[in-house]
Amino acid sequence: MTDPEPVVHSEPEEPITGTRLTPVEEIEPETELFTVNIGPQHPATHGVLRLFCTLEGEVVRDVKPLVGYVHTGIEKSCEDHQYWKAITFVERMDYLAYYFNSLAFCMAVERLLEEEVPPRAQYLRVAHLELNRIASHLFWLGTAILDIGAISPIFYALRDRERCLDLFEMSGGQRLHTRYFQVGGVIEDIPPGWDGAVRRFSREFSTRIEQMEDLLDKNEIFLSRAKNTGIVSEERLLALGVTGPLLRATGNPWDLRKAIPYSSYDHFDFKIPVGTTGDNYDRYRVRIAELRESLKLVEQALDGMPEGPWISTNRKVALPPRHELATSMEALIHHFKLVTEGFRVPPGEAYAAIESPRGELGCYVLADGSAKPARVHMRDPSFVNLQAVPDMARGGLVADLIASVAFLDPILGGIDR
Amino acid sequence: MDVKRQRLGTGDLRIQKLRAQQLLRGEIEDEELQRQVEERLVFTTLEKAQNWARKNALWPLGYGTACCAIEMITTAAGPRADLSRFGAEVVRASPRQADMLILSGRLSVKWAQVARRLYDQMLEPKWVISMGACASSAGMFNNYALIAGADKFMPIDVYVPGCPPRPEALIYGVLKLQDKIAKDPDLGWRKQYNAEGTEEGA
Amino acid sequence: MPDATGLELIAQRVGEQVGDDAVAGTVYYREQATLDVAPARVREVLEYLRDRDPDPWPLLMSLHGVDYLPEEPRLGVHYQLLSTERLDRLGVRTRVGVDDPKLPSVVEVFPTADHQEREVFDMFGVEFAGHPDLRRILMPEDYEGFPQRRDFPMGGEPVLFTFNEHELPRWYD
Repeated sequence: MTDPEPVVHSEPEEPITGTRLTPVEEIEPETELFTVNIGPQHPATHGVLRLFCTLEGEVVRDVKPLVGYVHTGIEKSCEDHQYWKAITFVERMDYLAYYFNSLAFCMAVERLLEEEVPPRAQYLRVAHLELNRIASHLFWLGTAILDIGAISPIFYALRDRERCLDLFEMSGGQRLHTRYFQVGGVIEDIPPGWDGAVRRFSREFSTRIEQMEDLLDKNEIFLSRAKNTGIVSEERLLALGVTGPLLRATGNPWDLRKAIPYSSYDHFDFKIPVGTTGDNYDRYRVRIAELRESLKLVEQALDGMPEGPWISTNRKVALPPRHELATSMEALIHHFKLVTEGFRVPPGEAYAAIESPRGELGCYVLADGSAKPARVHMRDPSFVNLQAVPDMARGGLVADLIASVAFLDPILGGIDR
Repeated sequence: MDVKRQRLGTGDLRIQKLRAQQLLRGEIEDEELQRQVEERLVFTTLEKAQNWARKNALWPLGYGTACCAIEMITTAAGPRADLSRFGAEVVRASPRQADMLILSGRLSVKWAQVARRLYDQMLEPKWVISMGACASSAGMFNNYALIAGADKFMPIDVYVPGCPPRPEALIYGVLKLQDKIAKDPDLGWRKQYNAEGTEEGA
Repeated sequence: MPDATGLELIAQRVGEQVGDDAVAGTVYYREQATLDVAPARVREVLEYLRDRDPDPWPLLMSLHGVDYLPEEPRLGVHYQLLSTERLDRLGVRTRVGVDDPKLPSVVEVFPTADHQEREVFDMFGVEFAGHPDLRRILMPEDYEGFPQRRDFPMGGEPVLFTFNEHELPRWYD
């Protein structure tokens, strides 16, 4: 099958980005532009994204994303609650990558406190983060391909995601929003069967990825909808602040896990998949390859898991283990103070950034010396990536706009916070 | 204990079909008729039959705002907890074709009017399940940005608590809704919400 | 992270190239460098840092606002710069007061600032001069007030307990 060549408009006003345009002579003379409102409730948007499209026939001339429909005031709520309670608020922002949200916040607070995270906690964090990356990419795969019109892959993707969520339930107690990461480490050690369960999962998962690829890789409809659509140049993406799989699909291997390693990512051996042209097909391929790399990371984290405490031993910051409460008076006092008032953080500000499945997720915390943060701001990747949508869609067809938004992987909880 | 296994009914399908034809034509009499009627017919009122049909074919609207929407998609489309075994298979995108609205996700100030419009666009009979803590009350986000509970502007039939509720919890909520439909879909409380006849004419 | 001396050198270079009144101070805390800049010169400082500095900072990662309530000037805007070559981050900070919250927009220098400046305007009320489309992004368009300022009330409903449930009106009353 030969790829259709991008045909260029005869008089481009600006550099062509989304190129699937038929030549001018073949378009019927539609001189009037009409506006179509897509969303906010629409089966083909990831969350409540409202797109205000200006169309000329079927060709998109301009797109304005309107957001704010699920704005929850998370950042303001965090100012009213102690640091360990703010973790639960922050987790619900990017609701597919919950461990990443809490890690960014915990890293910022740990930097302010100058708290060391024990190595076992770091490895546990890596294992959970990469499992969450797998779960997030699987859900993205299912829903993005559903947006394009293929209905089967979502069932396969959800089937494997259920097994990931089983692992989270085993270690953290809940499927979503587990509050597993705390300031100083993780809240609890993994139960004894977790290791075996994860290995069972990883043994079967690589064949599952291949099953998914078999469904899609040679599918002509998928290829013609995904190839050569939604192309934005790398410089434009960098200027727009876009990071994550979108940037890596254009060939730029910027990944914070390798560039500025955090939480002992430099102990592991993994590759960063990059694409070539930056179209939707490359984004799909980058994410599938990331699934494989994440699986390798999980296995390496389990293989090399050091022994030791799973949370910082500094009793001023982390709760003492419960068996100590029966014998030690100081442990009781620490527990009481931490639960009722919370630990105090000396005044200052910190910004910590990690690589979430969508890009750079940064957390800025301003502490004023009390037990509650004075300002928490999450630099959400979807919020910044959304600015690339007009560039992706301009000049292309409406169907390509839908495909571009699907492959952009926006999470409206993160955009609206 | 002695277990005896016995086939119910008359056995062969062809004989059953013949008997049913004879019943309809009025060719059987007396005790045979009595026995046939006891075995084969179900008596009910029209409302009960209608409710039974309605509750087993609830069509949810493809609606979801936040984290609960992920769990709702996992429940409705997921292979493990599968809502379509209970009849709610057809997730419709258009509110005109749906009759159940599962309010999954946070209801912000900007979104509340959209949710109400979606509810108005659905045609009677319609039911609403408020899924999760954020739709039932504000959940943990007791601040300026959320409406504290969808029941401030919309009648809700079933509340499912959780943050997010497990798929099993959501299925339990749908089953409760089915029980509610079977017994009495309208208790007159919709009048209190001024929600009767709220279909929007486009 | 540029270390403390590196930060001082950057501040010195900015002061020489952009203007003496541009730099208002430096902060080096927990190995993170922040450069305090005067509000009117923000755009020039960022342009200098992106283009002309011998160690350029080509990417703006985050633009966010802060309300330092008891301290004046109250509203701060942070620009978090990133250099992929040197794997370094630099924070640039300005402070404006609530009475005159105006800043030059940096959208032309860094196009990524588009939505993020709108968010700072929406949440804190800082007006960016030169922004192509400065309107509210997260709250409804006709909302009054700037929610994330510290003196804006948290809002929400009072929680009903048995001791106060009879005093608070319910929707069915």
